[in-house]
Amino acid sequence: MNNFVWYLLTMAGVTYLIRMLPLVLIKKKITNKYVVSFLYYLPYAVLTVMTVPAVFYATGNVWSALVGFIVALIVAYFEKGLMTVALCSCGGVLITELILRYLV
Amino acid sequence: MQELNSFKKGIIDGMPICLGYLSVSFAFGIFVMNQGVGFSWLHALLISMTNVTSAGQLAGVPIIAAGGTFLELAVSQLVINLRYALMSVSLSQKMGTSVRLIDRFLIAFINTDEVFAIASSQKGTVGRKYMYGLILMPYLGWSSGTLLGAVAGNFLPEIVVTSLGVAIYGMFTAIVVPVAKKEKTTLLCVLCAVALSLVFNFVPQLKAIGDGFIIIICSVLASVIFAFLAPIKEVADNE
Repeated sequence: MNNFVWYLLTMAGVTYLIRMLPLVLIKKKITNKYVVSFLYYLPYAVLTVMTVPAVFYATGNVWSALVGFIVALIVAYFEKGLMTVALCSCGGVLITELILRYLV
Repeated sequence: MQELNSFKKGIIDGMPICLGYLSVSFAFGIFVMNQGVGFSWLHALLISMTNVTSAGQLAGVPIIAAGGTFLELAVSQLVINLRYALMSVSLSQKMGTSVRLIDRFLIAFINTDEVFAIASSQKGTVGRKYMYGLILMPYLGWSSGTLLGAVAGNFLPEIVVTSLGVAIYGMFTAIVVPVAKKEKTTLLCVLCAVALSLVFNFVPQLKAIGDGFIIIICSVLASVIFAFLAPIKEVADNE
């Protein structure tokens, strides 16, 4: 972890500049429809790519992770809050892990 | 339009965000400690206190753990957090007259998805006192939750820690699914991103590019494709 401070500064610096520059500099609205559309789709694409396939390895067991992910998809489909979806997903994993460890 | 500028109202509006962040940052604290490369609670806490971004931190930590390049780390943060640029552009239109230049520098530091969402949903413009109130509790929640997760994660039963491992992905799912459900083009874009991600992760030659760059390439590709195939008609002022 010798380089940790430099990693930290890189990470925090880039993140801050992204948030700060537009807020401080840009006053006019972006009008180019392709740029606006790109910026619109990007967050959903990023979150999706970060979730699939990483979520399947999040618990060390593909089956419990799969159950947790499916639970998250279902609860999110009914438009529950972030915390509700996250906790239900954890519950799905917990129950599956208990079944796999003690009943199978 | 009237300017909303009550510190107290900001604190009240920030409480639900704070509670939500506690559980997610708790999971992040555990996530850092589980990397197995000698991260301490201080590393986890410092990352959360200086970044205040779930997705970016989640992507950045494995790159640091793997001893990735600074370029890979920087570009991963740029792409994953690029959505904040759009939010900051929008938020800049929402700032009332009480917001000075120095306030913009400070508010930008904690312009998270949820803070942005709450600020945008106010009727008129928002003032600096309201914004400081709004960002205070989420920041404390995010920092203290990370610390608790990193420290207490070791004392929790292994099966509970394992289960909390999906919490962050559950949160991402909760952001994407409701929008994909309502908008067909977003759904198709998301499915396109899934397909690209699977290809890049399971074709060994492509997997070798590295996780950080794979996230960047797949998400930018899917977004560019759909920006041209299905440009959105109009972005609401407060979106």
